[in-house]
Amino acid sequence: MDIFDKHQALAQRRGQLLGTGADPFDLEIEALHGPCEATIRGRRTILVGTNNYLGLTFDPDCIEAGCEALRRFGTGTTGSRIANGTYAAHRALEAEIAAFMGRARAIVFTTGYQANLATISALAGAKDIVFVDSDWHASIFDGCRLSGATVVRFRHNDPEDLDRRLERNPNPDGCRLIVVEGLYSMLGDVARLREIVAVKKRHGAFLLVDEAHSMGVFGDKGRGVAEAQGVETEVDFIVGTFSKSLGAIGGFAVSDHPRFDLLRVAARPYMFTASPGPATIATVRAALAKIAAHPELRARIWDNARRLHAGLTALGFALAAPPGPILSIRLPDERTTVFAWNRLLELGVYVNLALPPGTPGGVCLLRGSVSAAHTTEQIDRVLDRFARLAEELGRFAASVAAA
Amino acid sequence: MSKPDPDRLLAEIGELVARFAPPGARLGRETELQSDLSIDSVAAMDLVMEIEERYGIDVPVNELADLVTLGDLVDLVARRLGERS
Repeated sequence: MDIFDKHQALAQRRGQLLGTGADPFDLEIEALHGPCEATIRGRRTILVGTNNYLGLTFDPDCIEAGCEALRRFGTGTTGSRIANGTYAAHRALEAEIAAFMGRARAIVFTTGYQANLATISALAGAKDIVFVDSDWHASIFDGCRLSGATVVRFRHNDPEDLDRRLERNPNPDGCRLIVVEGLYSMLGDVARLREIVAVKKRHGAFLLVDEAHSMGVFGDKGRGVAEAQGVETEVDFIVGTFSKSLGAIGGFAVSDHPRFDLLRVAARPYMFTASPGPATIATVRAALAKIAAHPELRARIWDNARRLHAGLTALGFALAAPPGPILSIRLPDERTTVFAWNRLLELGVYVNLALPPGTPGGVCLLRGSVSAAHTTEQIDRVLDRFARLAEELGRFAASVAAA
Repeated sequence: MSKPDPDRLLAEIGELVARFAPPGARLGRETELQSDLSIDSVAAMDLVMEIEERYGIDVPVNELADLVTLGDLVDLVARRLGERS
């Protein structure tokens, strides 16, 4: 028996996808021309699937801050903070994140995935129950597994179902932690946080909100969905990422809990990995300052989101959620979706291909994300390509039916 | 609540499982959810959510790894219903 035999089903599915065109899960970006355009397969392509919500990856001030840090502090920290020490810039960033999010304490992690893995696995223990929205991100799922806690899923964005499950599981010998996302990454729908907070208060549970896709985009100050819905004081823990609105890599968690710092000696994904590198820390600090000082970036992404959403809807595409930074289009089946994804790439538009089991409820999606850096002209060019795709999809459906 | 009748439970859960299985699949206690019905781990979680809703129980995700056959699933639900009563 070969050690890879267990992945035979995956190998087969991947083989089928590769037979239809480009590899959607290993696409080579040959060159970048700013935050919104690239060369892919020799073709100039508009990027509508990067999660680069505020377009800061090419911001001159962020780049300069990164270059300066590289020169002064080198290319990497080469170890974890508990073994190799904390750089002054790590501390400064944590203070700045805490201030930005309006919280007493912040901890920085090396990736966004690790931020959830570390925070959830250390907050929850064997005697606790974690109640998780059923559209959970893999990092939440893995954090739950690593915690050893009992894990109960509730229906997606359904506070009534959460309420019933908390009622059935009082757990007097342990704690109860609710985990939700502010903006859900696949369908682009927003958490009903006000109702979830009411349920949480009624049952005396803790609440963690992952604002990975919403920080920088939602709320007057850009803190996320909890701010936008006016419930920040009821959210015990917020997790976020540096790899979307902040244009870098890394993650964070913030809280007002007086014992929050214990995560630094309890969370294995914090303790046993190299800390974020100097250039990353520096660009994130510059990006944070930028989004605090430039609320017009948020206005711009919302304008783009509304324009693209309205255009796609007018073309007859079925959008999974109201206008927002994530615009996902539902298509009828995998064959059509893969065809559409490949055709868009040939027409010079890159979106994400999202298929089951990576999607909720087995839906097939073309997942797009807009950026504040998209020009109106780029959005209109994208819509022009989608108009051509819409025509071709009609012919594709007819040819499939005839075959 | 009285102890559920095992045959009735098998028939009821079989009906729910059939919605996640290929059309016409034969369902018995020994039927394997993954290899016979192609219900992968993600679909299994959605199936369990339907079952939870129907019976007003919670089946922790931690327990799904032990589910191989339809019989395992029926026994798990019976156990949860028993704990509740």
